[in-house]
Amino acid sequence: MATTAADTALRERAWAAAASVCDPEIPVLGIADLGVLRDIRIENGVVEAIITPTYSGCPAMNMIALEIEIALENAGFARPKVTTVLSPAWTTDWMTEAGKAKLREYGIAPPAAKAGRRALFGEDNVTCPHCGSADTTRISEFGSTACKALWRCKTCAEPFDYFKCI
Amino acid sequence: MTETPLLQYTLRLADTALVLGHRLSEWVGHSPVIEEDLAFGNMGLDLIGQARSLYSYAGEIEGKGRDEDALAYLRDAPEYRNILLVEQPNGDFAATMVRQLLYAAFAHSYFEALARSKDAMLAAIAAKAAKEMAYNLRHSAEWIIRLGDGTEESHRRAQDALDELWPYTAEMFETDQVERALIEAGVAIDPASLRATWNKTLDHVLSEATLERPRDGYMQSGGRIGHHSEHLGHILSELQFLQRAYPGATW
Repeated sequence: MATTAADTALRERAWAAAASVCDPEIPVLGIADLGVLRDIRIENGVVEAIITPTYSGCPAMNMIALEIEIALENAGFARPKVTTVLSPAWTTDWMTEAGKAKLREYGIAPPAAKAGRRALFGEDNVTCPHCGSADTTRISEFGSTACKALWRCKTCAEPFDYFKCI
Repeated sequence: MTETPLLQYTLRLADTALVLGHRLSEWVGHSPVIEEDLAFGNMGLDLIGQARSLYSYAGEIEGKGRDEDALAYLRDAPEYRNILLVEQPNGDFAATMVRQLLYAAFAHSYFEALARSKDAMLAAIAAKAAKEMAYNLRHSAEWIIRLGDGTEESHRRAQDALDELWPYTAEMFETDQVERALIEAGVAIDPASLRATWNKTLDHVLSEATLERPRDGYMQSGGRIGHHSEHLGHILSELQFLQRAYPGATW
């Protein structure tokens, strides 16, 4: 199927509308920056947003799907669809640099390195989002949401959330 | 029974994830420290999330209109196919962590292998689950080392839990008629092929923890064909309470 300039513009507009939805638990981070918004498809005038969950049990997914529908409706796309796909599995590598910068500004340390650490006895090197010190220590591998761990900076003594690397 | 092997297999995976997820949820509000309260909530959520995906797929395979809720809430204990290990009581913190280690050390490599299944949906669910079980494994292994190599009391409790739960470990590596054809077709994983990895992981953690690996003796089995300990009924009476008391309730 030939893609016309009008199709491209339409898709871009739909993408921008869907991308404006934020993760409800990290309100500074848009779902495109997060890597949750995978694709926008338009068929016979119906917009379909393709999303993928960060974690199998992420409770924010239902809300994100609903908010995408609302955002697309508000942008003038009637009866949009939201489809969840599991494959390929989400990884923190998909988070954009802009997303990582927003996280840091918000006080959450972004995922440190390329995903793929060992299951046993791996350690991340995490930089404090407040003072930039690398002298940090993990308090708990699990934090306020499935995607975050709790860390503390030994230089400025502030605790902070770390967006886990998977 | 008219259930296809693929349906039975998917339900086994789903039930195991749900029952363990429910067990972990029982700790929320009761954990020894708040970090562990969060950890149990997080890990339980992972497992319940895996179960939801698997139940939805099972409902699709069955094609009779049953969704994830119908499969989780409207089946009784003999219809549940989870392995016996995961329905064992939480006991003390050490017992829960030992159970988590025994399962996660298995499930991590199992889902890594299942991620290459010829069944695209199972492969997709497994690829996500493998990542989650990696930190389930890391978390429980770190705790077992701390408990085993901790005080006399924590060591004793961890060793007791290990001895108590050991008879439930062999079931993870069993296969039966239901799974054999699926294994040959490249859909299911032969768990026996993961035994060496599991042994190595366990031996590594237990030696760091100064815990003694129990000797293989009589091994329990039967969960995957619906033969359960008395504990499962009690789990379901809580898990399914709302739908039992108010059938069809929604909100």
